[in-house]
Amino acid sequence: MKILVGIKHVPDTEAKVKVAADGVSLDETGVKMVPSPFDEYALEEALRIREARGGEVVVVSAGKESAQVSLRQGLAMGADRAVLVHDDRLDRADGLARARVLAAVARAEAPDLILLGKYGVGTDEGQTGPMLGEILDLPHTSAVTTLTLGERTFGARREIEGAVEVVEGSLPAVISCEKGLNEPRYPSLRGIMAARKKPLDVKRPADLGLDPDDLLPGRRVVWESIALPPARRAGRVLKGEAAETARELARLLREDAKVI
Amino acid sequence: MNGNVLVLAERRGGELKRPTFEILGVARRLAEASGGRVDVLALGPGASGCAEAVARHGADRLLVCEADFLELYAPEAYAAALADAARRSEAAVVLVAATILGRDVAPRAAARLGVGCLSDLVEIEPVPGGGLRGRRPVYSGKAIATVSVPSEVRPAVATLRPNVFPVPPATAGRSAEVVPVEAALSPSALRVRTVRVEKPAEQEVDVAEASIVVSGGRGLKAPENFALVRDLARVLGGAVGASRAVVDAGWIAHANQVGQTGKVVSPNLYVACGISGAIQHLAGMSSSKVIVAVNKDPEAPIFKVADFGIVGDLFEVLPKLTEEIRKIKES
Repeated sequence: MKILVGIKHVPDTEAKVKVAADGVSLDETGVKMVPSPFDEYALEEALRIREARGGEVVVVSAGKESAQVSLRQGLAMGADRAVLVHDDRLDRADGLARARVLAAVARAEAPDLILLGKYGVGTDEGQTGPMLGEILDLPHTSAVTTLTLGERTFGARREIEGAVEVVEGSLPAVISCEKGLNEPRYPSLRGIMAARKKPLDVKRPADLGLDPDDLLPGRRVVWESIALPPARRAGRVLKGEAAETARELARLLREDAKVI
Repeated sequence: MNGNVLVLAERRGGELKRPTFEILGVARRLAEASGGRVDVLALGPGASGCAEAVARHGADRLLVCEADFLELYAPEAYAAALADAARRSEAAVVLVAATILGRDVAPRAAARLGVGCLSDLVEIEPVPGGGLRGRRPVYSGKAIATVSVPSEVRPAVATLRPNVFPVPPATAGRSAEVVPVEAALSPSALRVRTVRVEKPAEQEVDVAEASIVVSGGRGLKAPENFALVRDLARVLGGAVGASRAVVDAGWIAHANQVGQTGKVVSPNLYVACGISGAIQHLAGMSSSKVIVAVNKDPEAPIFKVADFGIVGDLFEVLPKLTEEIRKIKES
């Protein structure tokens, strides 16, 4: 079974956000960049499937050249090879442009299964899976917490508000992964050494027959600016005996804040 | 932005979900600014039954496809139906709630229409001269982005975060024309579908939907002490949340996690118990309207965002607080 795993190169979740001088990008100075945490669940699942059934795991990313760092980490975890579609504009292209790039890679690779994280941490959109499904004319399901594969079928469970959806479908399919699906492995030292020698193919959008103008930021969605949210002020801190502070807090919530 | 606004109604067990009414309010406002109509698409058996409710909240027309196979969510069929309805309505704007279903169907429908998608907006406005602009949290709320769809891109597809836009009062006497539509895809064409929905035996309020959330962290010391958090949540009628540390430790399910790799919440009241306030947790709850922190460490970062804080031992404070709130509720 051939599995394509999408990996997005994103700021670590512990990172503080600073806005760059252009007012619309993130200032990446001193920010640790990592594979999006949800993509690690996707890759872990792909590796487990390969271990059980054989086949090949290909990791793919679309973005800046620095995304090679996250692809190398994917190779160190155990992926067989990597593909980067390099175009600096991809970081701010809209979801459809990014999905079209990944779709072009998927057409060339013809995988049996495409696994992704439920969204790329940062943009927090979760558009790629559903859009990829539509572009490739494949079924998709999102944010799965369990996945079982048959010969040409899959079964999955996904958490919805207050309940669980049980989903069935056929392969090939595009499936995005939620925390809880598995526990991603850490790259071993041997894995890290081996990753250096594994193939990492860098392509340009034009190599895949894509119209480079389609990637222009602002073609369908314009990112006008990003700004830090208004800072919250620290409020009242109550100290003292538990019964007294609890009584005072309950009163404040009722009479001042009017939330209970 | 001249033209009509299409809203996808979200039904669960035959009932319209609250976010549908929230986005209807927005749709009405946009339609009035542009002189267009508000159309609503409702799918599944009995969908025409929501005509009166959507009309009172601003719909002019209700497009319905009542095919049995649309009762549970089927991504391909729902996306095709939404894209078809957008064409049929000549919609300039398509609005979908940023629920689990909405976040899944809107991008697929947008791709089918060859357009982009604005995700998870918390503000939305027409751009003078055409187009649609919105604001949305990015990096789980560590920053706010202003995004827009240019006027030449039609329709503008957007998902709107639940619990943010108010539900305007219903207008009695409004009615909507019910327009039956054919299913865009036949059931045999579907390659993925929801076969059933499992509800937990004891139905808990979901943190993403709750107006009050009480969360516990490492300060609880042991999983069984989550009972203190549950007791307080119960008396407040709220949901139980958790920090990443205790989810990773296996004390509580990931469905309860609040923060950057969990759920981003903005309830009216958020109570953080024994949570120090790591940056990725703060990202997930800082947009709550009122924040309360109970922590024994006065230097904990959570106090920097809390409106009200108690510095003290949560094992003493929480039972007292539960008792005081019960007294208020009973009085």
